[in-house]
Amino acid sequence: MFDDFMVRAALAGIGLAFASAPLGCFVVWRRMAYFGDATAHAAILGVALSLAFSMSIFVGTVVVALLMALVVSVLSEKGYAMDTLLGVLAHSALAFGLVAVSFLSGIRIDLMAYLFGDILAVSRGDLSVIWGGAALVVSLIGWRWSGLLTSTLNADLAYANGINPKREQLVLTIALAITVAVAIKVVGVLLIAAMLIIPAAAARPMSRTPEGMAIAAGLIGMLSTIIGLQAAYVLDTPAGPSIVCVTAITFIFTSFLKLLGHRR
Amino acid sequence: MSLIHVEGLSVSYGARMALSDVSLRIEPNEIVTIVGPNGSGKTSLLRAIIGAVKPLAGSIVHASNLKIGYVPQKLHIDETLPITVSRFLRLPGGLADVDYALKQAGVPELEKEQLSQLSGGQFQRVLLARALIGKPDLLLLDEATQGLDQRGSASFYQQIETVRKATGCAILMISHELHVVMSASDRVICLNGHVCCEGAPAAVASAPEYRALFGTGTGGALALYRHEHDHDHGDHCHNQDAE
Repeated sequence: MFDDFMVRAALAGIGLAFASAPLGCFVVWRRMAYFGDATAHAAILGVALSLAFSMSIFVGTVVVALLMALVVSVLSEKGYAMDTLLGVLAHSALAFGLVAVSFLSGIRIDLMAYLFGDILAVSRGDLSVIWGGAALVVSLIGWRWSGLLTSTLNADLAYANGINPKREQLVLTIALAITVAVAIKVVGVLLIAAMLIIPAAAARPMSRTPEGMAIAAGLIGMLSTIIGLQAAYVLDTPAGPSIVCVTAITFIFTSFLKLLGHRR
Repeated sequence: MSLIHVEGLSVSYGARMALSDVSLRIEPNEIVTIVGPNGSGKTSLLRAIIGAVKPLAGSIVHASNLKIGYVPQKLHIDETLPITVSRFLRLPGGLADVDYALKQAGVPELEKEQLSQLSGGQFQRVLLARALIGKPDLLLLDEATQGLDQRGSASFYQQIETVRKATGCAILMISHELHVVMSASDRVICLNGHVCCEGAPAAVASAPEYRALFGTGTGGALALYRHEHDHDHGDHCHNQDAE
């Protein structure tokens, strides 16, 4: 079964959808959409450094993505406006990453593969990394769920309940870094943020509880992966973007349903 | 024994001192109101008590097993977060007597509503219910009626009084509504970076300086006021610049 590249691609996409569903909900609720972008762009720098020091790309991206996320967390506490900060860091990390890659003489790497990913080239080894990372992220968020949710609602309410919102933010930051590192090969840097946010946004109109929204986002992500891959196969379109297109169509669909529901 | 004993508390944000050398005690079953101008450190005091800001100096001692219920100043629920009232009340504990808390807060019918769909008055009641859910010994209210009209806030404070009678909890609240302060509090603490004065509301209210401060215009009902102490501390409030 694992010999079929389409099956491996589907399993990789489903693993990513599984991890990004609960994480994506928090990203949406906390209005951190560009946080995902910034972390993902930093990952390119991670790729360049991994190649330069001949480390595993997974380790390099995790480390740089984590550093990036920590810098953002610390600086935002110091009173920098979040959107400006993310704009500065995201684009400069990407630029430094691209410049760093150009210094690597002798190694020709396919940057497009990291920018857009290549889900059809996922190997068995990649699959185990993706599913390992996804399981880690989901258990991390599941373990901290109540605390994360309370901190997201209001930091002072969290303190009054004996929860440290800064610690919860750190948990989210770490989960985001792991997801980016895991996902970079599958959907690529540019589409990671899309996979985080769009399924969660599509799940919002049909959810009444936070848990319901996370589960719905997961289902939407997984179904979109399967449908998107089939569409890519039939229409001969690029696989990663096709998946994202399906999630976007789902978003339009659920938003319309909500509007119709209001009208009645 | 006091529920809370604050001794020599100082809090700063960077170079700006929010509180310096504040000492106070809260006894069981009393209602204490903090008044003071904007930026006088009222909210910082409550945040220090719940542990949201670290004191620069001084100590805050809680009675053993003290349970605190906290109603924040304002709470924005993001539209993107779907959550029902009952789920909100169950955070983060899990098991909780949602019916009891909503009844105490006077809104038993809201259990299944979405939080983002509530009116301002309903929302404050739900926040109160959430603060009551752990059966607290001390309730902290930070301008809990901000944004409510006069009728809404009057009925909110009536509910607070009912809650105290029913549960026997002590209440420490910040309020700008001086008619409430005067009628409902056992004790008033006047804060302006430090404790300027404190005492029974009648004693504070009978002070001529207090009259000059609050007694004109709106008849003391909703006075916005300037309060510039010149650090000549006596037994009652002083004011150098009454308007």
